[in-house]
Amino acid sequence: MAEESHNKIAHAGKLGYSFRRNLHERFIEALLFLSAALSVAIMLAIIVMLVKESIVFFQHVSIWEFLTDTQWTPLFDDAHYGILPLIAGTIVSSFIALLVALPLGTIIAIYLSEFAPFTVREIAKPFLELLGGIPTVVYGYFALLFVTPLLQMIFPELPGFSLLSAGLVMGIMIIPYVSSMTEDAMRAVPMNLREGSYAMGATRFQTAIRVVMPAAFSGIAAAYILGISRAVGETMVVAIAAGMQPNLTWNPMEPAATITAYIVQVSLGDLPHGSIGYQTIFAAGLTLLILTLVFNIIGHVLRKRYREIY
Amino acid sequence: MKSVNNLEEIRKIIGRHKRWDLIFMIAGIFALMIAVLTFMALFAHMLIDGMPRLSWDFFTSFPSRRPESAGILSAWVGTTLVMLVTAVSAVPLGIGSGIYLEEYAPKNLITEIIEINVTNLAGVPSIIYGLLALGLFVYQLGFGQSVLAAGLALALLILPVVIVATREAIRSIPVTIREGAYALGATKWQTVSDHLLPYSSAGILTGIIIGLARAIGETAPIITIGALTFIAFLPPSPVKNEFPYVSFEWLTAPFTVMPIQMFNWVSRPEEAFQLNAAAAGLVLVVMTLAMNGLAIYLRYRMRKNIKW
Repeated sequence: MAEESHNKIAHAGKLGYSFRRNLHERFIEALLFLSAALSVAIMLAIIVMLVKESIVFFQHVSIWEFLTDTQWTPLFDDAHYGILPLIAGTIVSSFIALLVALPLGTIIAIYLSEFAPFTVREIAKPFLELLGGIPTVVYGYFALLFVTPLLQMIFPELPGFSLLSAGLVMGIMIIPYVSSMTEDAMRAVPMNLREGSYAMGATRFQTAIRVVMPAAFSGIAAAYILGISRAVGETMVVAIAAGMQPNLTWNPMEPAATITAYIVQVSLGDLPHGSIGYQTIFAAGLTLLILTLVFNIIGHVLRKRYREIY
Repeated sequence: MKSVNNLEEIRKIIGRHKRWDLIFMIAGIFALMIAVLTFMALFAHMLIDGMPRLSWDFFTSFPSRRPESAGILSAWVGTTLVMLVTAVSAVPLGIGSGIYLEEYAPKNLITEIIEINVTNLAGVPSIIYGLLALGLFVYQLGFGQSVLAAGLALALLILPVVIVATREAIRSIPVTIREGAYALGATKWQTVSDHLLPYSSAGILTGIIIGLARAIGETAPIITIGALTFIAFLPPSPVKNEFPYVSFEWLTAPFTVMPIQMFNWVSRPEEAFQLNAAAAGLVLVVMTLAMNGLAIYLRYRMRKNIKW
């Protein structure tokens, strides 16, 4: 009897409430929480850093001048600080990229989700993923030394650096990104919608266009918007293939700089810390961050919506 | 709607719809072919230009003013060291936050903010991380244009990738495993460390590899922190002859990495340097393809083997 109760106490000591064990658990939970909270700290740090340097910049340059001046020449003696040329370059190169990526990405997604036989899909999906993993600097090299000479055969007047070739390659680069998200959205559409459509005698094409795509609309829209954000933030392809001269133009056949290319150009030289040139890249970065954040937030809201419906 | 009675007309309509089906199928294959052909053109172009430059000397020489004797020694050593810093900092933090969000986090506002933040971080352009690293690591914390600053910048960049992979891997483990562990009296952490982590390790590993493959090719953030592009020396060795045998001097050393070296060569007008760029690009592409391929293979095996 005595032995039994002794055992009971020993078990209670091991399995019951133990201060040390509880402390240990709490400690680990706190540690894990801190690492999760770090992501918020990073976001705050990004915002604080960009805003802090931009405030100094805007004490020098009025926001009005920043938004309306048509020249961006911060490093010249006659300095102008108009973000418009950089925004124009960003819009033109992104527009070309999306002209390539959205239709092709959508067609690939529809094909893989609705048409392709199992084996094709099993091969094509990892292949596209690999394509998306190629470093952007390699795509830049490809744009400058392969696509530009190729385009020059068609358009002999095309200069060595152009928004056109950068945009085209950027478009091909984001095809996997757009197609995989679009396909995810389409596959989330429940099978019985498709079956209903087939039962009515619709062909696969009709089912894909009139049933699956409308049902997956918000997911597809999210894919497009995240694709836009990706194109706007892309750096190396435009920095290498579009030249880095700020140029207010809407003509894709001209060289121009994007916001990202300008940041690269400044970083390549050595600007003293705290100079106005140094602050310009933070102001440009803040503009870029705001642009991409807006797109990202819209994209994620839309994505969440299609997940909730089914 | 016009009524269709005649059989012939019905056949015609069906034929037309089927034709559209066929046309679209061809369009789909065509679109896929564009992606495939682009990749082949890219690879072939680099192979033709770069292959002759690829030799043992290319890997063991420093960059040089003379293109024919230039190599990528400092670049691949730099890449290895930077990746080491990136992996050491991003992996524990990423796994930790993944575990917290999936297993510990209560459903409240703070959790929601963290979750939204992780998705937003994943969408922040890489160059913005470069600006953060420039302001914070290089100047504020005084790391300078060092291996440490670059490694940490890339760690922040791939953190969301690791977090998402960890969460997905843990989420796919059925709840019965957790219930079994709790029924035997395990604490939460015991459940996580003895069951959830081992079972999700393949998925987490896949995420880590994909993240690192992305970090290896990342150029923009490293340019932004102002990393020098001409480095003809190696950082101090991490291994020392005398006690304590390990040195961390390399953390603060200036460095260059593979994509920076390639960018440097691409932006030169002389064609000979562009051949070097092709060779460096080839090495870079083979590295990232191998890593991504490994990740895809791991995931494929996992899907086949694990049936909960």
